Amino acid sequence: MVLPRPVEGVLTECRQVSAEGSVMVWAIEISPLPPGFRETSLRLIRAAVLVVVFVVQGGRMASPAEQDHFGIPQVKFINEQISSSWIDAELKPSEAATDGEWCRRVYLDVIGRIPSLEEVRAYVADSSPTKRPDLVDRLLGEGFVDDYARNWTDVWSTVLIGRDVGNEMVSRPGMRQYLRRSFSKNIPYDRFMEELVTATGANANREDADGFNGAANFLSGTLAEDGVQATAKTAQIFLGLQVQCTQCHNHPFNKGKQNQFWELNAFFRQARALRRFNGSRDIQWIELVDEDFPGEGGNAEEAELYYELRNGLMKVAYPVFVDGTEISRSGYVPRTLESGENIGVHRRRELASLIKASPLMAKAIVNRMWGHFLGYGFTRPADDLGEHNPPSHPELLDGLAERFRQQSFDLKELIRWIVLSRPYALSSKATKGNHRDDPALGEQPKFTHFYLRQMRAEELYESLLTATEADQTRGGEDAAKKKDQWLSQFITTFGTDEGDDATAFNGSIPQVLMMFNGDLIKQATNTGKGGFLDRVANGNMKNAGKITTLYQAALARNPSAKEVAAANELLVARKGDASGALQDIWWAVLNSNEFIINH
Amino acid sequence: MSIMVDLPNGMNRRHFISHLMGAAALAVPATAFTTTLLANATDLKKRHKSAILLWMGGGPSTMDIWDLKPGAPTGGPFKQIATSADGIAICEHMPLMAKQMHQMSIVRSMSTREADHMRGRYAMHTGYVPNPNVEHPGYGSVVAHELAAQVADLEIPPFVSVGSGSVGPGFLGMTCAPFQVDSNGNVRNLDTGIDPSRLEQRLKMLSTIENKFIGEKRGGSAEDHRKVLDKTVKLMTSKQMAAFQVMQESKEVQEKYGTTGFGRGCLLARRLVEAGVPFIEVDFGGWDMHADIFPALADRKLPELDRAMSALVSDLADRGLLDDTAIIWMGEFSRTPTINGGGGRDHWARSWSVVVGGAGFKRGVVVGETSSDGKEVATEPYTSQDVMASLLKSLDISLETTFTAKNGRPMKIANSGKVIKELFT
Repeated sequence: MVLPRPVEGVLTECRQVSAEGSVMVWAIEISPLPPGFRETSLRLIRAAVLVVVFVVQGGRMASPAEQDHFGIPQVKFINEQISSSWIDAELKPSEAATDGEWCRRVYLDVIGRIPSLEEVRAYVADSSPTKRPDLVDRLLGEGFVDDYARNWTDVWSTVLIGRDVGNEMVSRPGMRQYLRRSFSKNIPYDRFMEELVTATGANANREDADGFNGAANFLSGTLAEDGVQATAKTAQIFLGLQVQCTQCHNHPFNKGKQNQFWELNAFFRQARALRRFNGSRDIQWIELVDEDFPGEGGNAEEAELYYELRNGLMKVAYPVFVDGTEISRSGYVPRTLESGENIGVHRRRELASLIKASPLMAKAIVNRMWGHFLGYGFTRPADDLGEHNPPSHPELLDGLAERFRQQSFDLKELIRWIVLSRPYALSSKATKGNHRDDPALGEQPKFTHFYLRQMRAEELYESLLTATEADQTRGGEDAAKKKDQWLSQFITTFGTDEGDDATAFNGSIPQVLMMFNGDLIKQATNTGKGGFLDRVANGNMKNAGKITTLYQAALARNPSAKEVAAANELLVARKGDASGALQDIWWAVLNSNEFIINH
Repeated sequence: MSIMVDLPNGMNRRHFISHLMGAAALAVPATAFTTTLLANATDLKKRHKSAILLWMGGGPSTMDIWDLKPGAPTGGPFKQIATSADGIAICEHMPLMAKQMHQMSIVRSMSTREADHMRGRYAMHTGYVPNPNVEHPGYGSVVAHELAAQVADLEIPPFVSVGSGSVGPGFLGMTCAPFQVDSNGNVRNLDTGIDPSRLEQRLKMLSTIENKFIGEKRGGSAEDHRKVLDKTVKLMTSKQMAAFQVMQESKEVQEKYGTTGFGRGCLLARRLVEAGVPFIEVDFGGWDMHADIFPALADRKLPELDRAMSALVSDLADRGLLDDTAIIWMGEFSRTPTINGGGGRDHWARSWSVVVGGAGFKRGVVVGETSSDGKEVATEPYTSQDVMASLLKSLDISLETTFTAKNGRPMKIANSGKVIKELFT
């Protein structure tokens, strides 16, 4: 242990600067002693992980746990909850991830791409004790707003309208335009939900269509057949309830009842998706409107609907929220009669208010976001919070949901809490003390190490652009369409009316073939003049430096001795054609598990 | 019988492959996930068995195709016609299949519980209801896992999915994953465009990185990635890929199957059976007919189905392949006997039919029956796991086989389904 010379003063700051193996480096700031306060020896400490370090803040002694939450109480809450679950399960967490690993993962998860060469170098070289919260501030700030909006537009497009590009009832550009605007402005999540659930207007942004509202795309494709899909998707996404099966029968495993499905469905019965052709034979756009719902019994003041029980009996349903709250049964949209009397109710707006007030809304989004960043939500699947499916960390889920509500549903704050938490900063290397914590084996996740996951196709696409320093003008609709075109090769649809789809970008042979031989990889590994490889090849560096550059650009780390040796073999095999050898190395790096797996 | 191919000229393929991923990668993948008791393994090597699943995505109305109720209020407008099998009548819009029914059998007493597309799809493919903690393997992965060894030199993946993707390999791992191609047999991105020796050098570099990452014990997906790399490389260098070139068939044969997506898919399935592929799933979606079902069936769906399916059955029989190739036709569920206000039928899982034939199945019989309105199964009901057990039996795969899921739980093959005894002599 190296102890530098003792210094005196008040310890105003003491933060971990970096960690390598079992050694941590701490930075300490000292100011002149205030009168009456005597502190003896304060040191720059180079200590083993388990050595307790005192942090003196304004003369108060703080516990070691306090210093790793960056003064953010919500982060502290997460850390405490997770740590206590480790103790309960008799598991020990892995060591912290390296700077490069953490940097790569936070770029991928927050803005949907790996860090560029400059970005990762700057982060690793930064010696500030607050480098982690500083980076998170930057990624959530104005400088990255386009990247941030692009990433969350990708994520939410899939959630809201799936991947099928062939649905004429949905305008993907319209949906994206809405989502980009929402995430650029970081609108509060409750308002986001409300805008989607209550949207009216034209779903595509066209000169010949009035009243464009991209949010209309969430429901424009789901209102067929009495809005069965609209009901199921709204419940699943915004309440974490899987109700699709209760459309036809009481659920055998959970408490879902058939009447609940149809009572929720009743909220959508004023909504209409009108097909607009504008002189063409094909649908040009969809106009989402609310119209009077006359009721299936013909009395709009008591506008009911009927559904069929499995024994063939018909039952009646009116709008009732999942918690039993009833609203007016009127099917009229609100209006003032000549008599001056106000009648009617806006059913979807009522629904949005009820969702907003429900504790399920915050829980559902917190669970979704946790799953996004940590690989697994507190429940599996993350959008099923039904009573039959108990969460792994109920207090953490509830507590985080409550704090999110107190923070006015600010998504960027929620992201900040999660990515600055201790479980998010752990290495993905499992240890003897935690290798049995493996959700892939069906166990409930304990988050003792970072769980591997393959990049989403969108993340891979953007990361390849970043790694090769290609196309710096991203985030616009043209770029999005180009990406859509590339993504379409992986999409399969299942031939159902519900537009079910899946992606073949799942680690199977076609994906590997694409990474081996596809156009995108050919582009990424081209040695054309002025391109990335060309610049590295002709850069003012020795070969070792060039190899290191490639590794840092793609993997955010330096090559090992073995890897340098393998790379040198390629240089020999290419007989001095450095550019060709670098191309081979680059191809191998981009094709590796380490590149495509967020770790 | 199978097309056993020559080694590529100009280069020793085995030598090439042996260098590709380094010795470690070529080691037999640890069969940690499974313990199997493969019956009659030696016999199978001589005459390989295969199965073809004709998957009707969306849920076809089986009471308009295989189990008609003419005259009943639920019966719809279609008439039934006699077939080549004694006492079996099917829909008038299936005249070509009517001539092949002596090769096939109908189970009219299916009764399942999942009437949601994704849940039904999962249940009919795996024999299990969806469970958030376990991913069960589908038919193709189970059969591929059990029969992949029967053709020792098979370089094509043992489970090929034509059209839409199938249900995944679950705990059997990515090596049993469906290999998805379109119905024209196109495999994208197969061509490297570089010299083989250079590819070999690249792959050596790649395996250095792969192995380092795997050695760091970060989780199973690191290892899975390398296994799939290995298989991809084999595929890229394989002459067996010629089996996918469905357009090489004569125009006459193509016409017989129909120049439709499903027709070419069925033709491709036959070529893959000949090449030794144990399981092929051919997808034919678009049966989710909530409105105007009858014209859609009569004008569009049934003619395409009839032509392709009948061509497949007769072609396999003519080539002497039917005795070793099981065929199974089904969707995730069927459609309501009650015709809805829009002239369509909705989701229905309680009483419906599947069709099987070939391999060890008894031919030309009907199993079970439904009530006069089609709403109830009147005989002993069968479920998805019973169909799976029966298919496995028809391929001589032991029903005593037990897998071990990743969580260590033993999983009986086909979820302990019972064999449908009427389908066997």
